[in-house]
Amino acid sequence: MLEKALTGDKRYWGWIAFVLIMIGAGAIAYLRQLDQGLTVTGLSRDVSWGFYIAQFTFLVGVAASAVMVVLPYYLHNFKAFSKLTILGEFLAVPSVIMCMLFIVVDMGQPFRVQNVMLYPSLNSPMFWDMMSLSGYLFLIVVIGYMVLSSEKKGIAPPKWLKPFIIISIPWAISIHTVTAFLYSGLSARPFWMTAVLAPRFLASAFAAGPALLILIIFLMRKLTRFDAGKDAIQKLAVIATYAMCINVFLVLMEVFTTFYSGMPEHMHHFEFLYVGLHGNNTLVPWMWFSSALAVVALVLLLTPKFRKTEVMLGFACIAVFVSIWIDKGLGMIVAGFTPSQMGEVVDYWPTLNEFMVSIMVWGIGLLIMSLLYKIIFTVRGETEPIVAAKEDKKELTVPSN
Amino acid sequence: MYDTGKIILGILIFLVLATSPFWYSKATGQADYLPDPVILTKDMPGKDVCVMPTDYMRSSHMDLLNDWRNSVVRDGERKFVSPNGHEYKKSLSNTCMNCHSNKAEFCDKCHNYMAVDDQTCWSCHVEPKEEL
Amino acid sequence: MGIDRRKFLTIAGLTTLTTLGKTVLGSSPAGHDPIETGSQAVKRLAMVIDMVKCRQNEGCTECTKICHKIHNVPDIGNAKEEIKWIWKENFEAAFPNQHHDLLEDNIKNSPAVVLCNHCDVPPCVKVCPTGSTWQREDGIIMMDMHRCIGCRYCVAGCPYGSRSFNFRDPRPHIDEMNPEYPTRSKGVVEKCNFCAERLVDGLLPACVDICPEKALTFGNINDPESEIRQILKSRHSIRRKPILGTNPQIYYLV
Repeated sequence: MLEKALTGDKRYWGWIAFVLIMIGAGAIAYLRQLDQGLTVTGLSRDVSWGFYIAQFTFLVGVAASAVMVVLPYYLHNFKAFSKLTILGEFLAVPSVIMCMLFIVVDMGQPFRVQNVMLYPSLNSPMFWDMMSLSGYLFLIVVIGYMVLSSEKKGIAPPKWLKPFIIISIPWAISIHTVTAFLYSGLSARPFWMTAVLAPRFLASAFAAGPALLILIIFLMRKLTRFDAGKDAIQKLAVIATYAMCINVFLVLMEVFTTFYSGMPEHMHHFEFLYVGLHGNNTLVPWMWFSSALAVVALVLLLTPKFRKTEVMLGFACIAVFVSIWIDKGLGMIVAGFTPSQMGEVVDYWPTLNEFMVSIMVWGIGLLIMSLLYKIIFTVRGETEPIVAAKEDKKELTVPSN
Repeated sequence: MYDTGKIILGILIFLVLATSPFWYSKATGQADYLPDPVILTKDMPGKDVCVMPTDYMRSSHMDLLNDWRNSVVRDGERKFVSPNGHEYKKSLSNTCMNCHSNKAEFCDKCHNYMAVDDQTCWSCHVEPKEEL
Repeated sequence: MGIDRRKFLTIAGLTTLTTLGKTVLGSSPAGHDPIETGSQAVKRLAMVIDMVKCRQNEGCTECTKICHKIHNVPDIGNAKEEIKWIWKENFEAAFPNQHHDLLEDNIKNSPAVVLCNHCDVPPCVKVCPTGSTWQREDGIIMMDMHRCIGCRYCVAGCPYGSRSFNFRDPRPHIDEMNPEYPTRSKGVVEKCNFCAERLVDGLLPACVDICPEKALTFGNINDPESEIRQILKSRHSIRRKPILGTNPQIYYLV
């Protein structure tokens, strides 16, 4: 089945070439980092994790969010998602791989990564994070491959796959929970040490993931004959709406607890993010932009008229995705380190080299995703007539709100 | 089999390329000599023998060093008693290199010949200053 | 065929499980095995820093100098990448919870010598994914530079900023190399080791030895007769961020 990725038109190969150039350019930056060390990044002894770890955190969320199409389809028999589950799994596969790569590029001694396996340390959340991520990758690769190859043969997926699918649902929740535990168990970092961190990570993931999936569906509809159907899109929109509401709610909970209790060690981090601290306001405009986008997204998503208009829904999804990316991919990690243990504010901003290394990882993710999606659509192009998706929609109407 | 000729040619080209380093060193005579490590002693503190017999050291010095490393770093166990009863401090820089005090003439000779990457030791452990 | 595929897989699987099980059950993270020191009970190393004596010598950095010299600590010359084992920090930065604006000037304005607290409940050891940092039986928090993968989780976990990461190769930044102690390579974390390499030779930590004011006292805190216990009995002492439950083993006399 993999050979389906090796045939394609000019447009396909042009895109693959573009992604390969991204990877190549980033690889040069990574070689430089390997040679000179992490000094080529903007990181410091005070802000010792930054853009890489933030991307890792965000992408674990995207990976986990596949559960938002898997769960309704397999547990609630929501048929409109039948064509989407593989898209969800095959969005999660490159996301998990990117997560792992972001951890590796963040390491000072990447060639010693096997030490995590050789000297397993059960007291470290990082060990468990590695276990949960690799287990999840295994599950979704097996599930995605088996479901698609059965679809190709026109038969139902094998029975033995069902337990894998059921296990993958709590497993998806676990990967983002363990990621939150990486941070929320540190007494040294008051900003992260909050019980709502894991729920907040999950809520933001289940908003950003489905929003991204809707955008991908829109894009794929333009580029291929694929159509997920209106019901599926609207259901995803409702999921993203609920999740975004919960996410914003949890952020506000955090703000209340922090500021009403008034403990300086907790407040300083929020002040750094939203008003600046000690004259440093690097992230202030970003955080307010993120908040504004969250408000815009909520207005668009919560108004049925807008949510059901595809253009508006598209804007809402972009707003959700960008808002959460800024929150998790820029603010979350750096704010945990600012102010430092000595109360100092040390400026951090990713360097060009750091950004290029990230481009490499994103490029690898895009490449894997493009190849996997190409396989899906080629397989379906063979097995289904063009209008299949639209017929589906007529058969299965689900009450929409 | 389709394209038999092309496949066989491809395999041949691969074999030639893959084995080319061997042909190259054969042709240039690079591999025709045997390395000859020399012990240039800076300071032998009253002991004219190594911590272990020469044969053992030749074949297994890396295991001994790994063992020393683990016991010193992990267990804080820093004393080594050799088979002939001498007591040594387990230390690359402070014991081994006292006798084998010329890295270039001793360690590097064989390591270069065998293409052993020992940079993992020397990027941290300080080699004695070469006095020639 | 003596062994079919299924049987092979079963055996292989069981072997893996047994090995894993041994590794898991056999290791005791941060465990204390009692060592009889001859005097009292378990040996537990700790340090007392007399800030009254220390501030008599304003501008003195002898402890930092000797420590960084013998341990080949580089001088990167860049605050963001600085490597520090022992150094002076503002009172407020070191003791944010004990500071207030009306504190006597000589306490408020005099810096505190800070180093790894060799905590009894070390968060850095808890988070390390490879066991590269661990607690010895005598309480010293050690680093294994051979094993460290440079993930910097310990840096995130340490509440005292005591850990430094080698963002670059430190060697070009070491003025005078001490051949008896290794340098570090780029990409690993390092910190104070309570001079474990001197203790085996029966020496005191270098900072304790060199301090011109004799402000630092080092010893076994579990021994009621020890000098540090006598000092702590007679003087008021504080510790850095004790509220976090790390039980730091550097005591400050103010």
